[in-house]
Amino acid sequence: MSTVPVQAYLALALILFCIGLYGALTKRNTVIVLISIELMLNAVNINLVAFSKYGITPSITGQIFTLFVIAVAAAEVAVGIAILISLYRNKKSVNIDEMDAMKH
Amino acid sequence: MTFSGEFFAFMSLALVAVIGGVLLLNLTKVVHMVVALVFTFVSIAGIYVLLSAEFLAAVQILIYSGAITIIMLFGIMLTRHNDTSEPKIGRWRKLLLFAGVLGFAFAVYIGIYNLDLPSAPNDLHVNNTEQIGIELYSKFIIPFEVTSVLLLVALIGSIVLAKKDDEKEAEKE
Repeated sequence: MSTVPVQAYLALALILFCIGLYGALTKRNTVIVLISIELMLNAVNINLVAFSKYGITPSITGQIFTLFVIAVAAAEVAVGIAILISLYRNKKSVNIDEMDAMKH
Repeated sequence: MTFSGEFFAFMSLALVAVIGGVLLLNLTKVVHMVVALVFTFVSIAGIYVLLSAEFLAAVQILIYSGAITIIMLFGIMLTRHNDTSEPKIGRWRKLLLFAGVLGFAFAVYIGIYNLDLPSAPNDLHVNNTEQIGIELYSKFIIPFEVTSVLLLVALIGSIVLAKKDDEKEAEKE
């Protein structure tokens, strides 16, 4: 039997999620905001895999969900970087507080 | 709790992951932040190995520490950054956000702390990749195909978004 309880994995995922959330809310650089979102997705993946092993009914389905999440995250990063480069071409800036063209 | 090898491995991997995240928040140069996050991604792959998901660990190393980090570095190097400028965000707003995130963490931690799941034996570690393949092609075939469409849409969409729109500028002139 395992010596690491499931709570430890969940607590690690919670810490990483909070770091990602704080980074996504406070950083000015758009690349860092994107990568913080990736960190949050990774934390959720840890939760899924932990429950796929230590849940009430252990099954491989959690790992399958994690694969889908990774695929969607890769697509999201590609589109996000494309939007970032397009914005940089128009506004000459990557700071997230200067991208307020739809606000005014 | 006994001090076993698995516990030691978990603690060191978790420590590296959290240190990478904290460095992401505290470093000033953007490239250093991304490199700090590579440590987090690699140690999360180690966590997957501990959770008997070896295939996911390989995918994590390939996709996150390989592809996504390189894409982020391209995004950084194709744009110009003012690294050392002071952040415009106010100290009060930062404190408020920190308190909010801390409150969220506390609220979730109460739920985690009281969690008590009955553990059942599992055989996830035997032929992990084969199990994933069988499950993926028998039960999740439609989401699998939809994912391919999603990746195609993302590919075309990012090319269309990022390419220079010369034709519009030519029309303006």
